[in-house]
Amino acid sequence: MPNPSRAQLWGWGRTNPTVAEEVTVTAGGVAAALKEAGPRGALARGLGRSYGDAAQNGGGLVLRLAAGAGDVVLDAATGRATVGAGVSVDQLLRVIVPRGFFVPVTPGTRFVTIGGAIASDIHGKNHHVDGSIANYIDSITMMLADGSTTLVGPRDNPALFWATTGGMGLTGIMLDATIRLLPIETSRMRVDTSRVPDLDTLLATMSSGDDDVRYSVAWIDLVAKGRHLGRSVLSRGDHARLGDLDARQAVDPFAYGPHQIVAVPPIVPSVGVLNHASIAAFNEVWYRKAPKLRTGEIQGIGTFFHPLDFVGSWNRLYGKRGMLQYQFVVPFGQEHAMRTVVERLSASGAPSFLAVLKRFGEANPGPLSFPRAGWTLALDLPGASRGLGDLLHGLDRVVLDAGGRHYFAKDSHMTPDAVRRSYPRLDEWKAIRDEVDPHRVWQSDLGRRLGLI
Amino acid sequence: MENALGQPQTIVLFGGTSEIGLAIVRKLLNPTTRTAVLACRDTEKGERAAAGLRHDSLTVDVVEFDAKATETHADLARTLSEKYGDIDVAIMAFALLGVGEVTSVDPAAAVEIAQVNFTGIVSSTITIANQMRLQGHGSIVMLSSVAGERVRRANPVYGGTKAGVDGFAQGLGDALAADGVHMLIVRPGFVISQMTTGLKPAPFATTPEKVADATVKALTAKRRTVWVPGTLRYVFSVLRHLPGPVWRRLPLG
Repeated sequence: MPNPSRAQLWGWGRTNPTVAEEVTVTAGGVAAALKEAGPRGALARGLGRSYGDAAQNGGGLVLRLAAGAGDVVLDAATGRATVGAGVSVDQLLRVIVPRGFFVPVTPGTRFVTIGGAIASDIHGKNHHVDGSIANYIDSITMMLADGSTTLVGPRDNPALFWATTGGMGLTGIMLDATIRLLPIETSRMRVDTSRVPDLDTLLATMSSGDDDVRYSVAWIDLVAKGRHLGRSVLSRGDHARLGDLDARQAVDPFAYGPHQIVAVPPIVPSVGVLNHASIAAFNEVWYRKAPKLRTGEIQGIGTFFHPLDFVGSWNRLYGKRGMLQYQFVVPFGQEHAMRTVVERLSASGAPSFLAVLKRFGEANPGPLSFPRAGWTLALDLPGASRGLGDLLHGLDRVVLDAGGRHYFAKDSHMTPDAVRRSYPRLDEWKAIRDEVDPHRVWQSDLGRRLGLI
Repeated sequence: MENALGQPQTIVLFGGTSEIGLAIVRKLLNPTTRTAVLACRDTEKGERAAAGLRHDSLTVDVVEFDAKATETHADLARTLSEKYGDIDVAIMAFALLGVGEVTSVDPAAAVEIAQVNFTGIVSSTITIANQMRLQGHGSIVMLSSVAGERVRRANPVYGGTKAGVDGFAQGLGDALAADGVHMLIVRPGFVISQMTTGLKPAPFATTPEKVADATVKALTAKRRTVWVPGTLRYVFSVLRHLPGPVWRRLPLG
């Protein structure tokens, strides 16, 4: 087994790093590595795309699962793939798209591992009709704290399965998962884009039309004020059918080779280049350049799902103080809470770069799974924004009073009390965890901070 | 574990009755903070200070801490971690000023100050640093002083201990960086407080609140040193280089 080395580990927001012993292992080496775990325990880490401290384990052991050749086994006849937990969505798509399949759920970046995706129970633009990724998992092979390996799924040991999906890596380490894929006819997307002048129109439009489309999301300008409050660009689409492609595209209907266009260099002025002026200007341009209405546009998978992946290491643009992401959901019927949050963000002057609003469908049985029926808003804020602490504490209260909750994978700011209040099945999750990990082998900075361990 | 805004959940103040220390704690408190521990020798006075900080969602505990009883320091640091979890911020704020005219001629009085201000700081800081190394994160706020930047004839023992503490903290801070532990050295000028009651304020005098304000800003920005007021950095870069005979004759009290 390779020796662990001391490393400072950050979340994608680059805000509160800690130092841990990090080691990359193959699935066969996990049990041996686990024996090295001390009182601070162990945690699996994927590509470090959770924004806060979810994939950090200060003073403890951090395991990275190597992704090797043969880690994606596609059964085209049944539309299922068994995928190593350390494999990224990017690697998976490069295998399955040319063979006519797509992942059932993708987040806004393809640089997440399958293990991380399941641990966060990720959602995508299709949650309102398809739900989150756990809904498409047949089984997970996982190693428990005692070093034993077990298979869990919605039928085999469902309690541990649902505690693991959304369980933020604190029930065991996933080795592989078998996922039901989505058959596609082409690798292109058929997209409708429209400008929406304000928040009320946006909520009404999404309420009435979302259920007929697989993918739907609104990019909302949180810098706009007054009668422009909540102006947005609504983007909806589905996988293009063969008949949607022109002759040139139809030559290779499954063409797929996304690439990075530019990368942010490691040296950025320490104050960052994303500030109120640059973000406000960007949001203005984004809104203006969007068509009033354009239908049936053919786009690539990367453009539609993963636009930020075209810029490598874009998180560095926020400078030394980093950024944080704030994502919450409030139930349907609590639109006034959403409106209050949007108003306060707009009034605060804290500049948010491209916030994303969408509708969630029904929750799944996972006790710590984030999505539930309602409206979700996700936004980035520069860590150096003045008065950010007070602003977010205020927003927390609005969200919790509306019966809403925050997303662990993006969390920067929750408190143990807020978690108890907004995840009422926390004790049920802890009871399942206690059975498989009575000695708290699985630990993380997020778990310690929020009282999960 | 501090959150993404750098707001701490657990704060320990060594020198739990220090005015500057308490001002920093008050400034650090926010809805995220769950525990503040005041470690001090005079626990009765500590309890009075704790009463002023407590509210519904904040536990404020007072624990006995004797800077000179260095053999007890490691146990105390371990107990704090066991009881309260990760220590996010430790503030090292205790010191004795002494009366310059006495300490510069009375070895017993001088040793008392040296033991508290230097030996006690070195011992307790290392025990806390060791706990933070195990956590892989944490911040230590070291209350130094401009008095240690160039030691005055008026109070050589106090100034000498601060010079030692400042150098110690610089070196330890560098040693801790690889372990994820952040050291902030605070160098205030003359602070108008109980400690300096009866003394004539020096130029650029400041207050505990101003020191706290600058400290918390520097802590969030992960700076290594902060002078209060900031001008003193430039004043002392001149004073440090004055020829000895000139420095000796300056009317600095």
